[in-house]
Amino acid sequence: MKELLRKLSGLRGISGYEYRISDKISELFKPVADEVHTDKLGNVIAVKHSTKVNAPRLMIEAHMDEIGLMVRDIDENGFIGFVNIGGVDTRILPSCEVIIHAKEDICGVIGAKPPHLQTAGEADDVSKIQDMAIDTGLSADKVKSLVSVGDAITIKGGFCELLGGRVSGKSLDDRAGVAVLVKLLEKLSDVKLDFDLYAVSAVCEEVNGSGAATSGYAINPDMAVAIDVTHGITPDNSKNAFELGSGVAIAKGPNLHPALTDRLISTAKNNDIKYNVEVEGGNTGTDAWLLQVAREGIPTALLSIPLRYMHTSVETLELSDVEAVCSLLERFCVELDCDLEGWLCI
Amino acid sequence: MYLKELCELDGVSGAENAVRSFITDKIKPYADSITVDAIGNIIALKKGKSSDKKVMLSAHTDEVGFIISGITDKGFLEFKTVGGIDTRVIISKRVRIGKNKLSGVIAMKAIHLQDKSERGKVPKVSSLYIDIGAKSREEAEEHVSLGDYAVFDADYELYGDTVKSKAIDDRAGCAILIELIKKDVQYDTYFCFMAQEEVGLRGAKIAVARVKPDIALVVEATTCADVSGAEEKDYVTSLGKGAAVSFADRSTIVREDFYRNLLRVASEEKISVQTKMALAGGNDAGAIHLAVGGIKCASVSVPCRYIHSPCGIAAVSDIEAVYRLADAFLNRIDEFLE
Repeated sequence: MKELLRKLSGLRGISGYEYRISDKISELFKPVADEVHTDKLGNVIAVKHSTKVNAPRLMIEAHMDEIGLMVRDIDENGFIGFVNIGGVDTRILPSCEVIIHAKEDICGVIGAKPPHLQTAGEADDVSKIQDMAIDTGLSADKVKSLVSVGDAITIKGGFCELLGGRVSGKSLDDRAGVAVLVKLLEKLSDVKLDFDLYAVSAVCEEVNGSGAATSGYAINPDMAVAIDVTHGITPDNSKNAFELGSGVAIAKGPNLHPALTDRLISTAKNNDIKYNVEVEGGNTGTDAWLLQVAREGIPTALLSIPLRYMHTSVETLELSDVEAVCSLLERFCVELDCDLEGWLCI
Repeated sequence: MYLKELCELDGVSGAENAVRSFITDKIKPYADSITVDAIGNIIALKKGKSSDKKVMLSAHTDEVGFIISGITDKGFLEFKTVGGIDTRVIISKRVRIGKNKLSGVIAMKAIHLQDKSERGKVPKVSSLYIDIGAKSREEAEEHVSLGDYAVFDADYELYGDTVKSKAIDDRAGCAILIELIKKDVQYDTYFCFMAQEEVGLRGAKIAVARVKPDIALVVEATTCADVSGAEEKDYVTSLGKGAAVSFADRSTIVREDFYRNLLRVASEEKISVQTKMALAGGNDAGAIHLAVGGIKCASVSVPCRYIHSPCGIAAVSDIEAVYRLADAFLNRIDEFLE
């Protein structure tokens, strides 16, 4: 799992630019799926077919895009201005290393006004994104020959192992979910399913959820489970957050189908899989929100992995929680038969 | 030049051991004597053709960083900064801690969990913490002790004709001194690799008391603010415009004859130089020029953007220019001693 996460964290594809990584994600699914294809928006869809005809369809989904930046302008000295794509935490940007995906990949450092140039009132203020610029160390001519307005930029953020089976890196939101999909199909490789399983790596969760909405429409599943991350407890926040190592967070609320959610909870209970219930009063801020209302409506559940420092270069999670999501979905799939009528009604 | 190797070593003020060992090892074949003093300065003597005068060349071995000041019940580390670090550049950066280079990340709660007023303000260092993954105080204590130092965990890389690294301030100076000690010198020359510059010019103060030179040149890295959004008058120095020679900074007013001689020699030797344009920063010259009744002292520096951050940027041509100017200073030392 760790090596798979390292690999997925290292892929570079911001929302809308997932085509840069969809081949590599497809390759991960090919050995474990009957069929893998990429749709018009770039969603990577891996299918494991049932032995039955007209079997029901289960869609399990995680998003493959990451937050990032985009080139806004290049000034006369070759400094590169940028905008954010998705909810980038601007406080982490000064002195952050980035990679500009220009005609070739170019490394750069985000510079901000040096301390001696700040006025007294500014010193405590967070630098505004429009006042920051990327320094590539290259000449203005070189920058202009390689970089174009609209080029995607990713945070460099190396992957590293911490103590306690924890790892840190960029884009674990939600490549950890993609890792669950790969491992789940691997675990199910010798299992004959009563239903068709669609494992979807969706685009654009960080901006508008378009990947989930369109793949949900196309697949038209009988039910769907979204996998995403939720907040991990840190010294400065314990509200709406879960301890790393406390297992999978199973969401409840209007966004989630009660019977499907209850079935996941009882599966966790019966199989001694660690879980917590996460309560969301409305929009869960995940792909589950659009999946629920795709086409004529899809019974949807949400499983989340606790993760600290979301939307930074040092997102941190515990491997055991990723394993817990994987185990829960494996047991859920193994125990699921094609008769949904009995229990899957609201 | 050993710039990459030196920048990659961990040596926060007070824990310069790894840098010290590396330098000692490299200069041993060329020095006539090497002394490591009580604070950890390396004082290496290169005998000259004459012992009538004593010349000092100095660079500092330490870098800015962090020191672990507490461990919470849940296994997070509290820390303090060592040396001047802008809090804005440390959030969400990787660090390595202690002799075993344990990985950690400097963190705070996610943006989603902050209210509006929190989002707009730079947090206090005391509200940040280092996450090493430990699940309890006990687990953390197996790997970390109070007083352990931490440094930015960032790679040394070449960006075109520039170098991107932590600790260019002042491993660039150390790298230059290591090259210069290989050459013959006119007078007895003390190559001093100073500890604890970043916390108040501590090493230089005692090294100069021991050496008592007739003249001293500090080889440093300095602020370079020719960055996007800054006005030209605020640049201090500019990248790629050559060795920065200071007429003054916050700690020193350089003797005018020394300053002008450096510019003259640079011009004659066709070394590109620039004048450091603001009374910003300070370096070991501040301690040296005041010591033992007053020492004639100047400094020549490598301009470094984003200094004191995990990713400073310096031009290779500027490092070369500083090397050449320091070399010319030694070769034409009589012109400076007059």
